[in-house]
Amino acid sequence: MQSERILRAEDYRRRRERLDGWDIGIASYKLGGRYCCEVETIGEGARLARGEGATRDEAEAKALNKAREMLARTRVYPAR
Amino acid sequence: MSPYAHPELLVDTAWVVAHRGDPNVRLVEVDVDTDGYEQGHIPGAIAWNWTTQLCDTLQRDIVPPGDFRRLMEEAGIANDTTVILYGDNNNWFAAWALWQMKIYDHGDVRLMNGGRRKWLEEGRELTMDVPQIARASYTMHGEPDLSIRAFLDDAQAASTQRNAALVDVRSPDEFTGRIMAPPGLPETCQRGGHVPGARNIPWGKVCNEDGTFKSVDELRALYEGEGVTPDRPAIAYCRIGERSSHTWFVLKYLLGYPDVRNYDGSWTEWGNLVRAPIERAAV
Repeated sequence: MQSERILRAEDYRRRRERLDGWDIGIASYKLGGRYCCEVETIGEGARLARGEGATRDEAEAKALNKAREMLARTRVYPAR
Repeated sequence: MSPYAHPELLVDTAWVVAHRGDPNVRLVEVDVDTDGYEQGHIPGAIAWNWTTQLCDTLQRDIVPPGDFRRLMEEAGIANDTTVILYGDNNNWFAAWALWQMKIYDHGDVRLMNGGRRKWLEEGRELTMDVPQIARASYTMHGEPDLSIRAFLDDAQAASTQRNAALVDVRSPDEFTGRIMAPPGLPETCQRGGHVPGARNIPWGKVCNEDGTFKSVDELRALYEGEGVTPDRPAIAYCRIGERSSHTWFVLKYLLGYPDVRNYDGSWTEWGNLVRAPIERAAV
């Protein structure tokens, strides 16, 4: 029987930023030699995008690019 | 600090570490992002897909009884199994699964406090391996408990007669109609705004930064400060019913409110109704 491969999220970091007018949360960590990044909107608390890369910067850049696309597609309605 | 009303409905990550090898415990990950499980999950955990396994895939409804029984059996869950649910987005869909398991009267189902975020942040063990699960036998008990579910009629009565507190758990931007859905999610409604009479208490206000629930004193201050008190029925709603199942869990099991229902039709029902009254007042 093959033994299970166990990983751990390492060096988990979380911060808040503003992206294109939206408050976002950015969480990143290393998992099994790759870096993962997850971006969420603070107001809704919903995950917006995820990215992976060989470095933390690369994973964050990918996730933030996707997040930008998603935010640009979000329709904002005027108050009435 | 006061204890939660029903602390037995909640386990912490250390409890999961200590019990995940217990044959009578089944860990189930339920994520908004249905690929999340494949990015690494708690060893021994299985995954449920909310888009296909926790709903009726033909008409809009919760999972039908026969499908529920099959889901339990294929997950190796017997009637006496302790089920621990966890997931991303601070347990949105884990709470959705718990709410349905309570409708179908499963005896022992709990949330892992903090969900996937807390587990990752603590650097606990993860695997990509999918466990082999032996099928179990599951017996359905009587009729579903619909006392914890609100339908459109209930929401309408709460709005017009004020016979229950309506709690809109979406973001302020959704509540005011500035946006119709969280960025990245489909709008799925024709109009923005909220049910007249609803109070906006975003679900995320009940969580600490690490995803765990706030203390009972903080939760009580939050809801009672908005006029949502235990002496009056409460109905929670959001966009499709999963965020509001999270709030339903808080009101019912952490604060012990006796009459709390989740309106899973939520804004995607109300916001599509012809001539349904809508408010767009600022928060």
